[in-house]
Amino acid sequence: MSVAAKETTRLVAEISGLSIAYRSGVRDVPVLRDVSLSLGAGEALAIVGESGCGKSTLASALVGHLRTGSRVTGGSVRIGGEDVLAGDARTVRTLRRQQIGFVPQNAGHSLTPSMRIGAQVVEVLRATRKMDKSAARAEAVRLLAQVRLPEPDVLVDRYPHQLSGGQQQRVAVALALAGAPRLLVLDEPTTGLDVVTQAGVLALFSSLRAELGISLVMVSHDLGAVSAVCERVAVMYAGRVVESGATEAAFRLPAHPYTRGLLSSVARIAAPGLPLGMPGSMADTLTSPGCVFAPRCEFAQESCTEGDPPELTPVEGEDAPRFSACLRLPEVLAAPAWEAQVRPPRTRERGEPLLQISGLTVDYRRRPDPRTGPTVSDVDLTVHRGEVVALVGESGSGKSTIAWTIAGLRRPTSGEITLDGGADLTRTAARRDPAVRRQLQLVFQNATTSLNPRRTVGDAVLRPLRLRGLRGEAAVAARDRVFEDVGLEPGHAERYPAQLSGGQQQRVGIARALAGGPALVLADEVVSALDVSIQASVLRLLDDLRDEHQLGYLFISHDLAVVRALADRVVVLYLGRVCEEGPIERVFSGPNHPYTRLLMDSALATEPGMTEALVGSEDEPESAPPAAGCAFRNRCPQRVEGLCDHETPPWQDLGAGHRIRCHVPVEIGART
Amino acid sequence: MLLVKAIGRRLGYSVLTVLLATLLVFVALQALPGNLATQLLGQNATPAAVAQLDASLGLNRPAWQRYLDWLGGALHGDFGRSLVSQQPVLTEAGGYLRNTALLAGIVIVAGITLSLVLGVIAGLTRDRWPDLAISGLSLLGMSVPEFTVATLLVLAFAIRLNWFPAVVTAGPTATVGELLPAVWLPAAALTAVMAAYIIRMMRTSVIDVMSAEYVTLARVRGLSSARVLFRHALPNALLPTLNVIAINIAWLVGGVVVVESVFNYPGIGTLMIQAVHNRDLPVLQFIAVFGALTFVVCNLLADLAALWLNPRLRTPGRAG
Amino acid sequence: MTNLALRVRPRRLSLPARPSLLIGLFLVGLNVVVALAAPLLAPYSPTQPNALDAIEGSSSAHWLGTDQLGRDVLSRVLYGGRYAMLISLSAALLTVVLGTVLGCLTAYRRGWFDEVLMRLLDSVLSVPAILALLVVVTALGSGASVIILASTVVYCPALIRVVRAAALSIVGLDYVTAARARGEGFWPIMVREIWPNILDVVLVEFAMRASWITLLVSSLSFLGFGANPPTPDWGLMVSENRSLLTVVPLATIAPIVALATLIVGLNLAADGIAKARGIDRITGGLR
Repeated sequence: MSVAAKETTRLVAEISGLSIAYRSGVRDVPVLRDVSLSLGAGEALAIVGESGCGKSTLASALVGHLRTGSRVTGGSVRIGGEDVLAGDARTVRTLRRQQIGFVPQNAGHSLTPSMRIGAQVVEVLRATRKMDKSAARAEAVRLLAQVRLPEPDVLVDRYPHQLSGGQQQRVAVALALAGAPRLLVLDEPTTGLDVVTQAGVLALFSSLRAELGISLVMVSHDLGAVSAVCERVAVMYAGRVVESGATEAAFRLPAHPYTRGLLSSVARIAAPGLPLGMPGSMADTLTSPGCVFAPRCEFAQESCTEGDPPELTPVEGEDAPRFSACLRLPEVLAAPAWEAQVRPPRTRERGEPLLQISGLTVDYRRRPDPRTGPTVSDVDLTVHRGEVVALVGESGSGKSTIAWTIAGLRRPTSGEITLDGGADLTRTAARRDPAVRRQLQLVFQNATTSLNPRRTVGDAVLRPLRLRGLRGEAAVAARDRVFEDVGLEPGHAERYPAQLSGGQQQRVGIARALAGGPALVLADEVVSALDVSIQASVLRLLDDLRDEHQLGYLFISHDLAVVRALADRVVVLYLGRVCEEGPIERVFSGPNHPYTRLLMDSALATEPGMTEALVGSEDEPESAPPAAGCAFRNRCPQRVEGLCDHETPPWQDLGAGHRIRCHVPVEIGART
Repeated sequence: MLLVKAIGRRLGYSVLTVLLATLLVFVALQALPGNLATQLLGQNATPAAVAQLDASLGLNRPAWQRYLDWLGGALHGDFGRSLVSQQPVLTEAGGYLRNTALLAGIVIVAGITLSLVLGVIAGLTRDRWPDLAISGLSLLGMSVPEFTVATLLVLAFAIRLNWFPAVVTAGPTATVGELLPAVWLPAAALTAVMAAYIIRMMRTSVIDVMSAEYVTLARVRGLSSARVLFRHALPNALLPTLNVIAINIAWLVGGVVVVESVFNYPGIGTLMIQAVHNRDLPVLQFIAVFGALTFVVCNLLADLAALWLNPRLRTPGRAG
Repeated sequence: MTNLALRVRPRRLSLPARPSLLIGLFLVGLNVVVALAAPLLAPYSPTQPNALDAIEGSSSAHWLGTDQLGRDVLSRVLYGGRYAMLISLSAALLTVVLGTVLGCLTAYRRGWFDEVLMRLLDSVLSVPAILALLVVVTALGSGASVIILASTVVYCPALIRVVRAAALSIVGLDYVTAARARGEGFWPIMVREIWPNILDVVLVEFAMRASWITLLVSSLSFLGFGANPPTPDWGLMVSENRSLLTVVPLATIAPIVALATLIVGLNLAADGIAKARGIDRITGGLR
């Protein structure tokens, strides 16, 4: 057999029994336990799991990179037959140059800030393919074009900070491809990107695979992103692979309770209702005997908590190989579909109007450029008691500005904001009546930075109670009640934020807001930073609290699926202008504003189970809103020359409180 | 355009800072309560002498007028006359300035180069013996005052080994040639102290940059260690060090005061001490302002160097 | 997100036992104790001249020898830190108190107050410390209070900048935003939210200031503008005994070593605290 043929029958990547641990004090903390996976030429494998499962360590191990303080405690990683972790430096460097390309998680941080883009690509080209300067530069431009960057010959001379997040990600891909590798490793490639950009980047991966025939390993926590690109998946939990096989089969009929749990925790645009989530957390159950997942598992039996953790065993009766590390496999496969575990939305009576905003305009510009408009312009919004109104938009849409203005941390330029029919919220927080301040509470995105690290969480919740006038015993009792309301134990009050998990920290944030006794809660991306299984339980908590306390929420999010799960009404924002609003069912069934349509298509394309080809689109929004006309005109497929550029689009009423702002008339009843 | 605006703004701030500094020095020296002439004359403060000094210094005019006069003169290079020698201050200080410039020049060129190299070595060999040795020595260097190092150097190299003179006999008008044999010990004393700070800063900077994601990624792309170090890491590691270098160069103007006194080196440090002893206000004022000017100029140069090294400051980024 | 199996201990004022921190604190403590207990420890009076015993080397009667006035070097060294430590610790304390309040105030308020203050601080900062002190000493004499106040003024600007940078990084965090949304005023936010989180930075800066001011005061004494004879002071001793370096080197070396132990101690302590709390000391912010 010729050498070439031999090469192609060899596995591109082979991980055998890999165990990695890092040193903490005097102990070894295991990160990966006995992981075995293999990848052939042209295949795409996804590695999914939540934070802490070890997937990023696995991705780095594929490139032969171990974090400081980690070491291999067993097994090996072979790329093209060569051991990449134990090999000598020369071999490893050759492998890195010629066989493997690595696209890191945060592209912005992975590009050297002091070098131009082109220079960085040329450098890799000359090191790996021994080109001369002009040939390398031409190739660099070609690579930038291959990753679908606009104007590659201009971009090649720019610096990293001059590119947007999505563009930086594409440059990172180009750098990884420069060495013409056989294997591309992607570590969380869609984190931090807007949903439209995400769709574009994922489409890029699929087409690159088709064009170049390379193998792909994609590490992600996003099940939807994964199913769009990879035909094989390995699910990881606490450093082990618990299930592996074809993506389509695994997501249709999961063979491990954890996979089931994951799937049932993801909110869907296509299906309304609150996902189930999983009880407990990974960090709490790491040292459980037997199967580590057992304490959280609905199928667990006595035998699951005894002996060694279960090995991966083949699943019978499938066309493609499938493996599962579960002792109760037959029961899991026979269990009813996980889709049935969604909590359907309840019909509710709408209460009194609570928050009323009309004509809100916020202008930050000090010396206004006549071509641009104010950051937020002419926004109307109403939230009723017991109602969840979702404010949807990407970064730069002005949603945080609006939230901050309502909270009294900024002054609006014009417009009215009233709370409960009376109180004027255009005043800043310090000028408001304390009673008014209490009625409005905030919950933040990043639970860790929203809590003072030097104060116990009990203290953090006690403070708003004290401001309400409660003292001593009464205050402590009230705090304990609030803790229970959010699902925390009163004993947790003595802990510091760093001693709690992300989900628990967010519950403390919610407790702190509740303790103020509010009528309206401003929730700013409160589940975006949480793991999927914890997201689901926090969403359920918010839903329950809303009913118990008759709260109104202004729920800010960029995630349409989460919005679909929780909200009653939706307001869609683009560059600080409302383009669509209405009841949730009507907005999600269409017809829609072109921007909402774009958001939904991008989000739909990345739901788990969707394996259709993606349609990439222009993924960069402009940064400044226009002075006149429709803000969306530069990206709108329905744009009318002249009209959309100069005239503010009128409201079109689509019935039952659903309306959009567009010049192009929508046919009622037409489903897009 | 952005670049020009940035430089222009820095320049404006620098000028403002120097002006404010001159005002502060003037206030400290001349506008404090109590009759200045009486203080200056000390024991010889007879009413007649006081009146005469008042007149010659113009002390019966309000302070702000005296300040503006001084400022006006200073802009033309006229800093008044020394109360001791009656010479124009600039003439008087000229020779001293030149000698200190020679000393400082050697310290800057040799010292900074050495410090940067040692700092990089320490950063790259973190916690191993080269780092421990270099860091230990720098800790010592910054923990002892300049007069200590100077005195010990004199003991070792001048007295025991007799390689260099312990004391400089030349005066302010000495030629460079005459000063050269005597300049090395003072230079070594100054370098020992100054180097410590630069080494520590460079070390920290190198450690930070070497663990940055883009450096790790450059290695993962298969680039050679040398390339990663010189092309990716060092330019970014140098940035935070620039300010420390500037501050240390400016510190020299003060540092020479003690070192020159140990060696009797005829520089502005020696002049400063003489002026303090003699209460020679115009000279004092000049030297203090000169120190401020040096500091501001050094910082300005550091900012300009940062502009050159850091593309983020030169080119507009994307909003959001 | 929490680590796999690590629960982080609460970061109260517990400092892990790093060797550098312990040695540093020990050295500083030793110096403080010696300075306070000098009257009990010193075998002779530090100021009593004794012409007969002048310029003697080390002997059983005088462990470190005598200086040119016949005074016992050991006794003078034991007393020698008092002047410098008194001034530097007072000035460092004053600097830190003043600097912390101003730094937090300007970080919170921003606006024109911030701009004006920064310009003013830059100007004070631009004059080299020794020159500034010499200028002040010329005008106001070299009394202890003058030197303390002047040192405070000279070393405050840099501290204000460091505190300002640290406070700025905290003011932007969500828990401060939450406090502002609750309508809490400047002082409650300063005391409850900001100060506990910049405490480590302030501690490190205190140690650094103390070490620099000690260096400055010793240099001033060396030049003759600080402590006045016959006060026993390390800087002054070096200056006085320098000319006898060949004859009685110990009289010069002993105070140098003593001074070095204090400063090295302060620097080690500062380094130790900085490393333990994860502060990037040299750039003056929280890492």
